[in-house]
Amino acid sequence: MCAAPAANSATVTAALVGDVLEVALAGRWRITEARPHWADVLAGRTPRWVKVTVDQVEKWDSSLLLFLFEVRQWTRMTGAYLDTEALPAKLQALLAQLSRSHETSVPFDRSENFITAVGHATMEVWKKGSDISHFVGECTYSALKLAKLPHKFRWKDCVHEMQQCGAMALPIVSLISFLVGLTLAYTGALVLRQYGGDIYVADLVGLSMVREMGALMTGIVLAGRTGAAFAAHLGNMKANEEIDALETLGISPVDFLVAPRLLALGVMMPLLSLYANCLGIAGGMTVAAMVLEISPTAFWVEMLTIVDLSDILSGLIKAATFGAIVGLAGCLRGLQAERSAAGVGRAATSAVVTAILFIIVADAIYAVIFDILGI
Amino acid sequence: MSTVPSTHAIEVEAVTCGYGGNVVLRDVSFTVPPGEIFFIIGGSGCGKSTLLRHLIGIHLPTAGEVRFFGAPFNHADAATRRGLLKTFGVLYQSAALWSSLTLRENVALPLEEYTDLRQREIEEIATLKLAQVGLTGFEDYYPAEISGGMKKRAGLARALALDPAIVFLDEPSAGLDPITSRKLDDLVLEIREMFGTTLVVVSHELASIFSIADRVIMLDKSQKGIIAEGKPRELAERSRDPRVTEFLYRGDRPGGAA
Repeated sequence: MCAAPAANSATVTAALVGDVLEVALAGRWRITEARPHWADVLAGRTPRWVKVTVDQVEKWDSSLLLFLFEVRQWTRMTGAYLDTEALPAKLQALLAQLSRSHETSVPFDRSENFITAVGHATMEVWKKGSDISHFVGECTYSALKLAKLPHKFRWKDCVHEMQQCGAMALPIVSLISFLVGLTLAYTGALVLRQYGGDIYVADLVGLSMVREMGALMTGIVLAGRTGAAFAAHLGNMKANEEIDALETLGISPVDFLVAPRLLALGVMMPLLSLYANCLGIAGGMTVAAMVLEISPTAFWVEMLTIVDLSDILSGLIKAATFGAIVGLAGCLRGLQAERSAAGVGRAATSAVVTAILFIIVADAIYAVIFDILGI
Repeated sequence: MSTVPSTHAIEVEAVTCGYGGNVVLRDVSFTVPPGEIFFIIGGSGCGKSTLLRHLIGIHLPTAGEVRFFGAPFNHADAATRRGLLKTFGVLYQSAALWSSLTLRENVALPLEEYTDLRQREIEEIATLKLAQVGLTGFEDYYPAEISGGMKKRAGLARALALDPAIVFLDEPSAGLDPITSRKLDDLVLEIREMFGTTLVVVSHELASIFSIADRVIMLDKSQKGIIAEGKPRELAERSRDPRVTEFLYRGDRPGGAA
């Protein structure tokens, strides 16, 4: 079995003596090296008796075992007799074990019928829904509790998270918002130019950014950046039993971990959204000045004719909601993560998908509500 | 069936291990003959696992040489290194099973990588290896679906997939109950008995050391090297180094009765 080098490779010589095929194995049988196959040894012969000897074998491992197993399977199939008496006891025991494991190994059936699959899927959806409501309820309760006992709140963690999800996100939010403003201005100019309404690009960019795109783009960026980070961090803490350690100390993971993150996002999201609005408008202004020859002052004055405080407020309300959604999705998926590396990865993915889905749904709901209210 | 090679299975010559500028072990030398169950023991933080990681090539020693059956391993070219990697299997402390693969697929992967066997044959071998460690019926389970002891056994089956001449086991008993731990020890003995495999075990589990180790080396954190080498019983009874006797007496004679 040892791997020290040997010169001879695995060989088989077979001679038919009457009804008996005498098979003599020789050389070094290593699983990582080539070996003869039984079909080649047989060469079309159909003996009634096969006798195997291994006296000339220098070294062997599972390779020899596989060959003998091949012979055994053939003899069983054809009804021939396999004479293994000349084999060492160790080899006979292993061959018997291989035969047993071959027979007892039944593939694990993971399939389920259609009705069961639908039932499981329904129950899963129900469970996910109830988990979300339970978590939102728990967070609300925690917020009320911490409002009464502010000294229990983890202010230090909250400030750290604000820095992580707010200040550290400025470069990516700047770039994306500026480019969104720029794209909006170019797209608007395509149509408006045809009617000589170049100046209305300012209205288009201003209103779109303030009411819609500023909050939406910031929400999506933070879902990918912060939501995934929350889920991965909390998922890793769960895998390391840190969450269990908190619970056994009687500390609520929601109070300790979720509340500071939610507050941090709730504060930073509207601020980031305001910042995104400014950068988006700057992008639009750049296109207007360079392509449409509209001065920044004219752009600004025209924009103020349509954008008022209610538009900015509606954008900020959306931003705060999106912040809560990103925080809740990230923390919920993190706390639900399976205790494995793959589980943490799935939690991060799921957090991003959940956050983006709910951001779009919430945005649509707000569009309807604001329309009804005439905002 | 196998003849004893003229060289040692493992030769460690003046190996210095460390991370960055920090030296954990200095000038460590020892040899392991084929077919021996060799334990690397010592207290927590003495560098047992560090030494193992340097032996199996995860980290390069800052000085010295590791040889398997006389062939230098550390600075071998890619082809030689790949050849030598086939001569040993490793059971990691956490079993390190690939979570996205079933147990059968975990054991089959080394066979797919290093052999030209047909898929059916690979599956036969993987099933046999799992049967040898007592995991018949669990072939299609994922690592997340089995217990810690079963993971360790599956990890051992994977380490044995290529019938290596040497198997390294890093803390095989860590986190296991005494009965499961004892079963794993029996399995180690059975593997040696059946295949003549050389087994290098990193452990501080005294029950295992006294029941299955042929020879041990003991590492010490302050000395950054080997402070004792020999058969565990002899070391426990004859060593004059209080660090050795204190370590070995604690578990062998509960209550401290000599």
